[in-house]
Amino acid sequence: MSKSKFTVLESTCVPVPYENIDTDQIIPARFLTATSREGFGENLFRDWRYDKSGAKNSDCILNDLQYRGEILVAGKNFGCGSSREHAVWAVQDHGFRAVVSSFFADIFKNNALNNGLLPVVIPPKILDELMSLVLAEPDTRLRIDLREQLLTIIPADLAVRFEINPYRKECLLNGLDDIEYLLGLKDLITDFENRKKVVV
Amino acid sequence: MQAKTLFDRIWDEHVVHSIEDGPDVLYIDQHYIHEVTSPQAFNGLRDRGIPVFRPGKTLATADHNIPTIDQELPIKDETSRKQVEELAENCKRYGIRYLGLNHPENGIVHVAGPELGYTLPGMTIVCGDSHTSTHGAFGTIAFGIGTSEVEMVLATQCLLQSKPKRMRITVYGNLKKGVTSKDVIMYIISRLSTGGATGFFIEYSGSAVSGMSMEARMTVCNMSIEMGARGGLIAPDEKTFDYIERAWQLYRGNGSFTIPEEWKGFRSAPDAEFDREHVFDSEAIKPMITYGTNPGMAMAIDETIPPVDSLEGESASSWLKSLEYMGFKPEMKLVGQKIDYVFLGSCTNGRIEDLRAFAGMVRGRRRASNVTALIVPGSKMVGKQAIDEGLDVILRNAGFELRQPGCSSCLAMNEDKIPAGKYAVSTSNRNFEGRQGPGSRTLLASPLTAAAAAVTGRITDPRELLR
Repeated sequence: MSKSKFTVLESTCVPVPYENIDTDQIIPARFLTATSREGFGENLFRDWRYDKSGAKNSDCILNDLQYRGEILVAGKNFGCGSSREHAVWAVQDHGFRAVVSSFFADIFKNNALNNGLLPVVIPPKILDELMSLVLAEPDTRLRIDLREQLLTIIPADLAVRFEINPYRKECLLNGLDDIEYLLGLKDLITDFENRKKVVV
Repeated sequence: MQAKTLFDRIWDEHVVHSIEDGPDVLYIDQHYIHEVTSPQAFNGLRDRGIPVFRPGKTLATADHNIPTIDQELPIKDETSRKQVEELAENCKRYGIRYLGLNHPENGIVHVAGPELGYTLPGMTIVCGDSHTSTHGAFGTIAFGIGTSEVEMVLATQCLLQSKPKRMRITVYGNLKKGVTSKDVIMYIISRLSTGGATGFFIEYSGSAVSGMSMEARMTVCNMSIEMGARGGLIAPDEKTFDYIERAWQLYRGNGSFTIPEEWKGFRSAPDAEFDREHVFDSEAIKPMITYGTNPGMAMAIDETIPPVDSLEGESASSWLKSLEYMGFKPEMKLVGQKIDYVFLGSCTNGRIEDLRAFAGMVRGRRRASNVTALIVPGSKMVGKQAIDEGLDVILRNAGFELRQPGCSSCLAMNEDKIPAGKYAVSTSNRNFEGRQGPGSRTLLASPLTAAAAAVTGRITDPRELLR
């Protein structure tokens, strides 16, 4: 099964100026009883966006219509906590295709890459500047070029290089699927089991 | 040959193939699954039309969404019931051993797995749950994965993983009275911060660690993820081997289990190099409590919340937002604050030693009238042992009731929710906003500190109640 490809994305963005945003905030546990991958977007950041009665919190930046786009910009250590992949599904289902931060929690990062959601890591100082800029100027457009590994803050004409594992990059650019790749290694895996005398 | 850390040794032993400039294809010895993060993975197998490659290497339990009372009856919440039924059906269809709700060996996956002797030194272990790091206490590489990766393991018994860096955390000395392994790991997290070990795999060592029981070691490794580490392990020793021998005698239907000679050599070479080292003196560790909304926001229980200007490398606005959520202010003292709930349980502190510690503290005392308590054993076997030891009677006499096992109020997927605005002293692992129910306020602490709060109705230094 091939996945959707990621090459270039140009969009405005949604800033969430908090650090250590955990996956319980991204998608609260009570929504995890679903058994498909779809439909989590409406509950993205549920308890920040809505109050107890289900009404929208007007002071929540995620409800501020000035801020929209396909790129989420968040404080450091985004996606910490639970391993729930539902967090990535929720972010994607809500319409985001990339998340920018100064670093991501490991499991979230892997989950994102496995679903074609691009985690873009930029230096803390640039993240601070980007966050301030976007908060002040909601129309700020960003361009993410995966092949060149460049994030461009278009109005500032500032391009920042971001790192990504070359294998992961190829997978995203070409929409390749890890499981297909691993299934192709069955003989190697069986050889390994025989060599190590694994009891299967 | 370069002197290897135990982590490197286990990792390298499991590499099936290395992708140039890419991750390793890592063989997985033991896979645990539960009802919440597996259904989409099984759907993926069906869509691809492929079987589970090695069904004997996966063990399933129902633990996350299940009720902790009336487990004999059908689960009331319809979507939760369906999720559990789907796990049962998937296990049946693919030939996976399943410890369902009424199975005598059911429990939280990270309590039941080691207890039943599935977790063994030198293994690679994964589960779609971040607290899989728990199993590192047995000298394993154990870490949490997402659902796409669960599908990978089901399909091929392998994972694509980049090797993390190595960190060693040494804790030496004897723990002071009233200080538990929970306090040790909370202290470490408070020093390193909630993201401070991101990208690393930890080895815990030192006399304070080797002095710990297996249960206590599991508590330490369990919370490795709370500082962002991929996992954390402890080299196996006689205590590890004794624990495993007992587990095999009791549950694996094999009265004589011989510890492989190889296991005795499972330790880092004396001159092995780590990318980062931290050393802590256990003399400095007191009972700990959190005051914010991530596990790094913790302090000794007799301290005051730090002032804003003492923050290093954290954003003041995020930190203050956290305190505001908790209803606290900088430089405030927490001892004496009234609380509403106490939760004893979870994969962090739901083992027999934790129940013993709690029962020992409340024995001859009474639950404070303002406190609602949830006492949840980590597994059926832990619950049974508690009853065999008479802990249920001690608890009942003090006004507490032992529930049935499950993840319960740790993540509040079931009915065990803390109401909005209420304070809960919890022995679990996360104090995130709303973690124990929308609007709930969690104070993480040890079973002793939870017990002290339960009988006084306030945040209380457990050392004052020690007998």
